[in-house]
Amino acid sequence: MLLAVVLNRVAMAVITLAGVAVVVFVLLRVVPGDPVAMMISPGAGPADIAALKAHYGLDAPLPVQFWIWIKGVVTGDFGTSITLHVSVTEVLASRLPATIELAVLALLVAVLLGGSVAVAGTLMRRTAGETLIDGLNSFMLAVPDFIWALALVLLFAVAIPVLPLTGRIDPALAQGFSTKFYLAESILTGRFADAGNILSHMAMPTLALALPLAAVIVRLLKQSLKEAMVQDYVLLARIKGFGELRLVLQEALRNAVGPTLALTGVQFTFLIGGTVIVERIFAYPGIGNLAIDAVINRDFPLIQGLVLLFGLIFILINIGVDLTVATLNPRLRHA
Amino acid sequence: MEHWSPTATIADTGPRPPSVAVRLARDPKVAVAGGFIVLLIVLAVAAPLIAPKDPLEQNLLLATVPPAGFAQAEPGYLLGTDGLGRDVLSRVIFGTRVSLTVAFVAAGLACLIGSLLGLLAGYLGGLVDTVISRLVDIWMAFPPVLLSILLVAVLGSGLHSVIAAIVVIDWTRFCRVVRTETMGQAQMDYVVAARTIGFTRPAILFREILPNVLPVLIALLTLEMGIAVVVEAILSFVGLSVSSDTPTWGGMIAEGRQIVHEAWWVLAVPLAALFATVVAFNQLGDGLARSLDPVLRR
Repeated sequence: MLLAVVLNRVAMAVITLAGVAVVVFVLLRVVPGDPVAMMISPGAGPADIAALKAHYGLDAPLPVQFWIWIKGVVTGDFGTSITLHVSVTEVLASRLPATIELAVLALLVAVLLGGSVAVAGTLMRRTAGETLIDGLNSFMLAVPDFIWALALVLLFAVAIPVLPLTGRIDPALAQGFSTKFYLAESILTGRFADAGNILSHMAMPTLALALPLAAVIVRLLKQSLKEAMVQDYVLLARIKGFGELRLVLQEALRNAVGPTLALTGVQFTFLIGGTVIVERIFAYPGIGNLAIDAVINRDFPLIQGLVLLFGLIFILINIGVDLTVATLNPRLRHA
Repeated sequence: MEHWSPTATIADTGPRPPSVAVRLARDPKVAVAGGFIVLLIVLAVAAPLIAPKDPLEQNLLLATVPPAGFAQAEPGYLLGTDGLGRDVLSRVIFGTRVSLTVAFVAAGLACLIGSLLGLLAGYLGGLVDTVISRLVDIWMAFPPVLLSILLVAVLGSGLHSVIAAIVVIDWTRFCRVVRTETMGQAQMDYVVAARTIGFTRPAILFREILPNVLPVLIALLTLEMGIAVVVEAILSFVGLSVSSDTPTWGGMIAEGRQIVHEAWWVLAVPLAALFATVVAFNQLGDGLARSLDPVLRR
């Protein structure tokens, strides 16, 4: 049954991605701005413009352009970036690891932070502590990553200047890496000083992305935990003499975590969307920052590649979430 | 002995619950947040009367003057000046105009379009539902920030484009919720009853189902206004919103981000305004959801 679910989801994913491809392609072709006019030096004649258009295939009829592009995409060739003059696949491959590390770290921080506050709130239920957590959390839920990022800039780069404001790593250290996964590589090869430097650069963007998600996790998980704590199996464990913390972590959490897991997956896609502006604020060299430059420069091939990549990431996460939820929930597994 | 009225005993099973308006005013969240939004509206409408200075007037001799109370503060510049010597307070006050315009117009239009499609998908079902739902799925596969930047790049920067981008992206929020709500309402006895006595489909949809979906819709609309304000600020921050000679919070934030080490207040003041506005819309939406929702109310 699980296989049927997977196949169904993959088929849906292909249809959705095809839709995304058509939408972005058509959207870009109705742009009033001409990318060739932006890249050519002033004083170039109409013949030069026509030659350049031909070079990038922009002179062919739209359906032909679309067909050429789609044929390339299927084989992993997204064309050549108009502003960077390298293949889009190459640019994406070199920028994606930075965003993956940032997003995964932010997810980890959000789950740990949100999870522990939810457990603490459950332990403190019906006390002033819970009221405090609820009150703070209702504000946290309202504040988006954009505002967090700038508030963190004021706090940790200006008021208490302890964290570097921009970049991913000190440029002097960036040479000695054989992959683009700087954080993972430095940890796996035991270069902890480098890892510390990378983490200090990632701290603010990570927190900005993690805090809104943590707030969502706190609200839902605490609600589920409180509901679980009044169930019979928890009462039974309580009669057996289990401590309160053990009741929450061992008995309630296992049964309460389902809805939170599903929601966290959906929210993770929002987090990845948030990398676009957060990377911009901290001049972090990921695909989000790249996307804004690509749009401002009207770099069609790069924008198309980026949007498809984002679409693919979103879909993969959604499939992953559905599968995890289905695997963990026996009732859904046999549905 | 009191006068006894037979109808009263049948109708009243307890003290009359207070009306919606009274309940709303009593909710401190709604009162404070609503009051703040009203204040913003007053600031936006009467900006030229309230702002102490011309928000565009530059004075390079008085650039990056800190807010009152700090060393080297200048009298008359309560919240300091920016890198071009413009009064930060006046610029924040004028900035409410763009923020609120976007909040009301963009969120209102997104609500209108999204809920109309949601009502149709939820009530008609079948092919209409499939097409609309698939469209929503494709839409939601785009990162919203990226899509909005893409759209504004396509449409050209400016207030109209920002509003259009928000509507084009966020109609899906309304569509999904209204569709689910409508599907739930369509199963209710009162809809079956309305159909039995021969109501037409549009009549059932707009006179029977819509009023029951409305409470959720109003709360969602308020939350969307907060989102719209942030999206406008992000687009201004990236430089894709209104032209730079109109003061916006996002534009001020972008300038402040550049000179944050020399003049933190240029970033902090508009950021605080944005924060307060977003929290206010959010708390108002939360309060409205609780006061208007017949299930949550009990």
